[in-house]
Amino acid sequence: MTTTGNPYIPHLATVEETWYETGGERCIKTFKVVFDEEKVREAWSHRPGQCAMIGVLGEGESMISISCSPTEGKFLRFSVMRMGKVTQALHQLEAGDKMMVRGPYGNSFPIEDWQGKQILTIGGGIGQAPLRPIVEFVKANRDKYAGLTMIYGARTSGDLCFKGEFEEMSKSDDLSCHLTIDVEEEEWEHNVGFVPQMLLDLNPSPENTIAITCGPPIMIRFVLENLKKLGFEDEQIYTTLENRMKCGIGKCGRCNAGNMYVCKDGPVFCYAVLKDIPEAFA
Amino acid sequence: MSAMLLNKEKWPEFIGKLAGKNLWAPQAEGDAMHFAQVKEGETPGLDFGNTRVPPKKFIFPQTETMYRFQLGGTNIEEPVIDDEVVVLGIRPCDARANKIIEKLFKWDVDDPYFLARQEKVTLIGLTCTEPGLNCFCPSVGGGPASTDGLDILITDLGENYYLEALTNKGEKLLGEAGDLMVEDKGDGAKAKEKLVAAAEKKINRTVDTKGIPEGLPGLWEDPLWKRVSASCLGCGTCTYLCPTCHCFDIQDEIEGFDARRCRMWDSCMFEEYTLHTSGHNPRPTRRERTRNRINHKYNYYVDKFDVIACVGCGRCINLCPVNIDIVEILRQVKEAL
Repeated sequence: MTTTGNPYIPHLATVEETWYETGGERCIKTFKVVFDEEKVREAWSHRPGQCAMIGVLGEGESMISISCSPTEGKFLRFSVMRMGKVTQALHQLEAGDKMMVRGPYGNSFPIEDWQGKQILTIGGGIGQAPLRPIVEFVKANRDKYAGLTMIYGARTSGDLCFKGEFEEMSKSDDLSCHLTIDVEEEEWEHNVGFVPQMLLDLNPSPENTIAITCGPPIMIRFVLENLKKLGFEDEQIYTTLENRMKCGIGKCGRCNAGNMYVCKDGPVFCYAVLKDIPEAFA
Repeated sequence: MSAMLLNKEKWPEFIGKLAGKNLWAPQAEGDAMHFAQVKEGETPGLDFGNTRVPPKKFIFPQTETMYRFQLGGTNIEEPVIDDEVVVLGIRPCDARANKIIEKLFKWDVDDPYFLARQEKVTLIGLTCTEPGLNCFCPSVGGGPASTDGLDILITDLGENYYLEALTNKGEKLLGEAGDLMVEDKGDGAKAKEKLVAAAEKKINRTVDTKGIPEGLPGLWEDPLWKRVSASCLGCGTCTYLCPTCHCFDIQDEIEGFDARRCRMWDSCMFEEYTLHTSGHNPRPTRRERTRNRINHKYNYYVDKFDVIACVGCGRCINLCPVNIDIVEILRQVKEAL
């Protein structure tokens, strides 16, 4: 979406709210932002799975997953891990500060095609960010989907994002939420163990189910292996790729995995396609 | 479209007609030819091989301002690209390269900078009658007198220049110098044909590209990639001097409070090009980077845009400090198929 005709020009947005999801050196901070201009707000539409280039003038831009579903309202949410120059600058922003946003970029989860099916999301760490819009979308359109199962894990309980949102889900009968952490902690009431193992233990039926997994590459690799063990077909499995990006619109070159540009042909890939892309798991 | 003959004695006058424009032509600088702006009174000649750096800067500058802003401010100022440029003496391979990368810059989303510059540039090409040692343009769909991307093509016939208008832009420009030239009655065309046929024969390096785009995926883990990249220094010369390499980086530049976001040529041969912030690199060594460079040009680009992203200009061979030779790589690819 662009209002100037120049796709590289970002739009001014205001940070309405921020909070920390996790702590530590690589802490994750969530930003709720709203475009300043009404026409930009109105013209903007994104789908679960899409990303945006967000940044600070003078510091640069980074491609970040949009971690909210369009069903939640006319705002955007980004959950950003503090890693490099741009994300450090983003972390300085507080409510009332300005952020530059352009996009939305990439394809999206074919969530409309999944109507009537069981949705199984399998996330690890910050990998829950692109999955959260699916969860929210299904919750908002609950009558259109057979059910939602969420598996989400992190190294420690302190590394789990969106924690507050899972309590309610755990109580619901047909929205089930399964949390896990790598090692035992005091007062932790949920599972302990790695995400791929928890998937096997839960033993979800592949029947009429779509599985979507996002997380660290090593986790994805084992999740894919275990989904196959459980009898999932390649066509029932989706994941997202990430690569370094600069332009977001298929020009700058660097984000390719084989002949696919992650920014345009991805970030969402069905495993049936992905398994033939040579660099996908490099 | 018209075809004219210009007596070489009138060449300075012809240049005089173009002199009022923002005219650029190859000029000697140190031990190489470079495109430089022609100053008043100067008469550039057309007796040269090719320039060291391809003239892609006219549509895709090495560093380009995307927009300006004040540090701490939120107001964005886009540059106005309205300078007309006339480029004299561009070789057919380099002009063809512009049309090849145009496919990417127009893919789905238009790149406003590239397209604005392309509209403002008039390209006067020069037929190659003495191909370089490592030229292989016919192998990749070009030729010494390929007209793709050109507005005018000039062929040196000895006593005369033979000028062909190829586009309306070219026709208009030739019209402005019409009184210096005579219309060709067919002799010029015939003489050109002979010269081009002779030039084609002088091209020694060839590669049969048949089967390469389809065959490359099957060679993903082939030992050849290690072999052909073993001596690579990762200097990026091959990509910087490539007329079809289009990858760029985006960076912010700040001077006091004046700041700009700009893009600059980047190279897939650099480690940082694909390095994730996490430290993970999907193309960690020169083997993967070389494999990507060859695959991008001879497989991915063909897949997406139906054309090989190489024009056979030979620069990456001529100027590689360790003599890595793309024709030789392609020969080894063919052998491994």
